Amino acid sequence: MFRTPQLHLAVALESAGWHPAAWREPQARDADPLSARHWVEQVREAERGLLDFVTIEDRRRLHSGTATTPGPAPRARGRLDAIMIAARVAPHTEGVGIVAAAGTTLTEPFLLSTQIATLDFVSRGRAGWLAQVPTSPRDAAYVGPRSVPAGDARFDEPAEHIDVVRGLWDSWEDDAEIRDAVTHRFFDRGRVHHIDHEGRHFAITGPSITPRPPQGQPVIAVRGGSGPAAALASSQADVIIAAPKGLALDRIHAALAAAGREPADVRVLADVVAFLDRDRSAATERKDRLDGLEDTRDRSDAAVYTGTALELADQVMAWHELGYSGVALRPGAVPHDLQAITRGLVPELVRRGVFRRRYEADTLRGLLGLARPENRFGSGERVAVRDAAR
Amino acid sequence: MSPGLRQMHLAAHFPGVNNTTVWSDPEAGSHIDFSSFVHLAQTAERAKFDLFFLAEGLRMREHAGRLHELDVAGRPDNMTVLAALAAVTDRIGLMPTITTTYHEPHELARQLASLDHLSGGRAGWNVVTSSDAFTGANFRRGPYLRYEQRYERGGQFIEAANALWDSWRDDEQRVDPAAAAVGHGTPPGAFAFTGSQVAIAGEFTVPRCPQGRPVMLQAGDSTDGREFAARYADGIFSRHGTLEAGRRFYADVKARLATYGRSPEDLLILPGATFVLGDTDAEAHELAQEVRRRQVSGPHAIMFLEQLWNRDLSSYDPDGSLPDVEPDLDSDVRAQGSAQARSLNRDALATAREWRQRAEAEGLSIRELVIAMTARQTFIGSPATVAEQLDLHVQSHACDGFILVPHITPGGLDRFADDVVPLLQERGVFRSEYEGTTLREHLGLR
Repeated sequence: MFRTPQLHLAVALESAGWHPAAWREPQARDADPLSARHWVEQVREAERGLLDFVTIEDRRRLHSGTATTPGPAPRARGRLDAIMIAARVAPHTEGVGIVAAAGTTLTEPFLLSTQIATLDFVSRGRAGWLAQVPTSPRDAAYVGPRSVPAGDARFDEPAEHIDVVRGLWDSWEDDAEIRDAVTHRFFDRGRVHHIDHEGRHFAITGPSITPRPPQGQPVIAVRGGSGPAAALASSQADVIIAAPKGLALDRIHAALAAAGREPADVRVLADVVAFLDRDRSAATERKDRLDGLEDTRDRSDAAVYTGTALELADQVMAWHELGYSGVALRPGAVPHDLQAITRGLVPELVRRGVFRRRYEADTLRGLLGLARPENRFGSGERVAVRDAAR
Repeated sequence: MSPGLRQMHLAAHFPGVNNTTVWSDPEAGSHIDFSSFVHLAQTAERAKFDLFFLAEGLRMREHAGRLHELDVAGRPDNMTVLAALAAVTDRIGLMPTITTTYHEPHELARQLASLDHLSGGRAGWNVVTSSDAFTGANFRRGPYLRYEQRYERGGQFIEAANALWDSWRDDEQRVDPAAAAVGHGTPPGAFAFTGSQVAIAGEFTVPRCPQGRPVMLQAGDSTDGREFAARYADGIFSRHGTLEAGRRFYADVKARLATYGRSPEDLLILPGATFVLGDTDAEAHELAQEVRRRQVSGPHAIMFLEQLWNRDLSSYDPDGSLPDVEPDLDSDVRAQGSAQARSLNRDALATAREWRQRAEAEGLSIRELVIAMTARQTFIGSPATVAEQLDLHVQSHACDGFILVPHITPGGLDRFADDVVPLLQERGVFRSEYEGTTLREHLGLR
């Protein structure tokens, strides 16, 4: 008998919402993305909707839009570091996955790996990393004199960065800590490994200073349905987030096959900005009003949905039928569109029997139906051999 | 608070990756589970401590080319675990140790400012500088920095971070959506810093944080380190725990402040300190002996000696006498990632001679000697004795407080919080309630 696989739902949290003018909505008056309270409220709301995970978005540059109407001009708004936010909200939640955005190009893979591993420890297995790639060459100035790869090459370094991060996560075996009173050894060095990575962009020795995190490998998500980003996503990601446009899914499946991976090992989520109201025209009017404050028509790399939560439920099911594992929704404005998802869309999907009624697993990998990976370093024989050779 | 009495500042150091930490005690819990960090931080906050402190080590220690497996190992990322602790604490300061050598100023300044916002003004930074090539093997740039350049990079790193933290004006901190546009000449967050070691430019996305700048401690002890602290830091994590050495250090460093237009109260001296408590002084001393034996096992003692001798001493009996061979000065250093080993190797022959003389004079075995030299706790006694001693150090200007290092995770501070802190409060030298909300306020800093 054919069994529909579990539907997965995520929301992407971005300041006052994804519309660049969202902060000018009356409702956003209390939204203060510089406060812990703001983020705790958003993530708890997502957890109330039993979502698989939230992404905490990030960018290294300030928003600089252009007003299309006279009157108050949009101005730069502050933004905090996503990993710090993710760790800050983790102890306030216990079910929802927390996926923090961070770039590859400007970060040290060693530090990034310990930060995401630590997020996994403090959330007890609910951490993920939204690996951001397309950094502008001018962003090299953030780290001083260093070049940032351009063109297709800019996806080459990130792939290696992610390899290093994953290697470091495995550098401690799960049972490395032994506390052996007889030999006075706290851990067994046969089960903690140098990664000795030597690649085109990095030479990293390891091992990590942080033991293997609860999920073994925290979830890595990548946005990208086409071009070199898609190649990176299909070779490295556990979760691929892509706009459900045209033949995007076919291209992703082809890229997965080219990377030697099975579609079942990866969750592909449709990337959709959502403006939800009691009827379609109200949603459209609201989006038009926001567009009047700041035009976004050419800007979104995601699909845009305006309508009711019930209609969106139909659409979500249609994408699911098509082969998407679910959707990653970007609320146009918070708290409005987030609540429409958790209190409108989710109950409808539950009523239709296609979405969970309670969290069925206590790790993010578990919620996504992804197995906890074996450790690439296996049983420790490798290092035992190395020691013996000395 | 009593007039005329100097007030004490207290910090709780999460037990570290070294042999001070006794993992073999039946009470010893996990060193990596979040619950251990929560326990110690909440205990310190219950006792009204100024701050919670984390050390840093960015490479697993090695000995003779192999991972050093006798001591506790495995630690979280400092910034991330402190951001999570901000959720389960309310007042206590959150102080990560971070090296300026292998971190990058923009990423670090951004995360620290974010931590300050997310904790309501409780972020700190214990600055260390290193040039340790061994650690460099875990980073993009590898071992790029010469030892003499470590403070050149450190100073520029701090100045760059300060430029980022100052890149938004105070009144740009919150945006009222209704108020909207403000016409600045320079957009908020624009920064550029150019130096020989740090050259960065861009936009800083984090508006001015509650403390303006996070509180900065510094941990170097050389002359360069002291000058560095006098110029930049709000406090020093010092290693001068005895009364006399403390007073000398205190006077030395505070005298350096005037050069930089600063006053003595602008820089706090906080030595690291260990302690053992008992119902009576005698019981505490007995316990302290036991703790030392647990900290220095036979294999530990041999390994400690190997750090100096720089050769394989595994055939020696830890309960026997010291090696008669001389230290090996020609081979590569066996112990890697250990500050202790680095300082020992500077004058190995003379040090070995001193150790042998002491062992012979006092009739000590290898293990007994290592215990005598390394494992002496700073404060030992009944709660009343320890409270009195701590107070004496502060009132005699040997320090402004302490960074206390318990030897057991996570319960090692419980008894101090329950039994010693109330006595300090009775003496009128330690707060009974937090008066401010930010770390800067707890420390009485401007």
